[in-house]
Amino acid sequence: MSRPYYQSQDLKKFKNISDWSPELGAKFFEYYNSVFEEGALSAREKSLIALAVAHTVQCPYCIDAYTQDGLQRGIERNEMMEAVHVAAAIRGGASLVHGVQMMEVYDKRSM
Amino acid sequence: MSSKSLRSRSHRLSSTQAQLEWLEKGIFKPGGLPHFATKVNGFQDTPLRPHSLDILQLNLGYMCNQVCAHCHVDAGPDRKEMMSETTLEKCLDLIRKTSIKTLDLTGGAPEMHPHFREFVSQAAQLGIQDLIVRSNLTILLANKKYVDLPEFFKTQNVHVISSLPFYKKDKTDRQRGSGVFLKSIEALKRLNAVGYGKSETNLKLDLVYNPSGAFLPGNQKSLELEFKKALKTDFDIDFNQLFTITNMPISRYLEFLIASENYEEYMESLVEAFNPSALDKVMCTNTLSVRWDGYMYDCDFNQMLDLKVDHTMQHIDDVIPEELVQRNICVSQHCYGCTAGSGSSCQGSVV
Ligand code: SF4
Ligand code: SF4
Repeated sequence: MSRPYYQSQDLKKFKNISDWSPELGAKFFEYYNSVFEEGALSAREKSLIALAVAHTVQCPYCIDAYTQDGLQRGIERNEMMEAVHVAAAIRGGASLVHGVQMMEVYDKRSM
Repeated sequence: MSSKSLRSRSHRLSSTQAQLEWLEKGIFKPGGLPHFATKVNGFQDTPLRPHSLDILQLNLGYMCNQVCAHCHVDAGPDRKEMMSETTLEKCLDLIRKTSIKTLDLTGGAPEMHPHFREFVSQAAQLGIQDLIVRSNLTILLANKKYVDLPEFFKTQNVHVISSLPFYKKDKTDRQRGSGVFLKSIEALKRLNAVGYGKSETNLKLDLVYNPSGAFLPGNQKSLELEFKKALKTDFDIDFNQLFTITNMPISRYLEFLIASENYEEYMESLVEAFNPSALDKVMCTNTLSVRWDGYMYDCDFNQMLDLKVDHTMQHIDDVIPEELVQRNICVSQHCYGCTAGSGSSCQGSVV
């Protein structure tokens, strides 16, 4: 297949997922938009959380979208990078904490 | 980005023809993105026409003490164009003959015009409701002769509107030049000191935010809150409103878009964010823009593209105001900048 898996233009077609399932699509986008409204957390804070999660799920579309969203909101690059480090720390920590499991098994099986 | 005007670099884009080619061809060629006029067609009677003449925007000249990277005027210290005394007088005449409510003085740095104070005082006596000076702030510190401008503005009850792209040094200096942020802060303090931006006075001080890069401005209210909080906490500065303005794909900003390979995506995002409800509030529906040499335009952006008013009278020497309103507005693809998202005008978002 000659078409690359990820293409930046595809982000703009996100709304097309409704074409094959209008009802579920509409529900999803309504929910999505509500999630990002000002609430107990500010829309700005939510944008930074979205950016961090985007890096965790490694979605190039979301990374593109929430970097641009941050720029529009006046979020600065050091704030964005700190959010990415939060994602990295949790991701790294999640790997490392399994080390306990490894240590338990190792110790139990060893003489 | 260079710290010189396109004109002084003899850059290709200093020609309005070259800019219009970018706006008419490329991604807007047949089969590409829709032209603004076509897009408008479905929503509004076309062509667009002004409904009144409320705002007179005078570009007193292109000279400026700064050379901002995004400048749609291609202003700079090398630009010598200045409005003549005869043309200034014609502009006062036009105010006398019409019910213009707002006089908006811009440039370049309008304060650098040799007859600036005289003109402002004369205009103030004509009963203008809102006399705006678009001040770049650093001019107030540029030379001894400008130091008392805050006091002068106050005596004439001038409404000061100033650009401050961000409330932090880095981003501001990248867009407007090294050292601009701290000078702007000092100028804002001086304006505050005479009462500008203070809740207990009527002296209005508004700030203009425009994105420092190839993206659209965020929500005006949210950004205003951020600016107010940061400027108050960090520098004890007060101001009235923040206006968010979309960068127009013309002149030096167009140069940036092309050089950084952002042009196509930026134009796509403007087209995609087209908001028909901004259409009847775009500036050209109630504004007349006059160039330093007396030629008239639908707005300051059309002035920079030299798209003169579509009328037999194009010069202020010949103007018959009631006839001039009977015209079609000249549009091109830069107009998408006025209708993207919440819309954009010299007074910020419109919807
Ligand atoms: S201060 Fe205004 S007119 Fe002067 S260069 Fe900057 S944007 Fe252009
Ligand atoms: S760029 Fe000028 S002519 Fe075009 S929509 Fe905006 S104000 Fe009107």
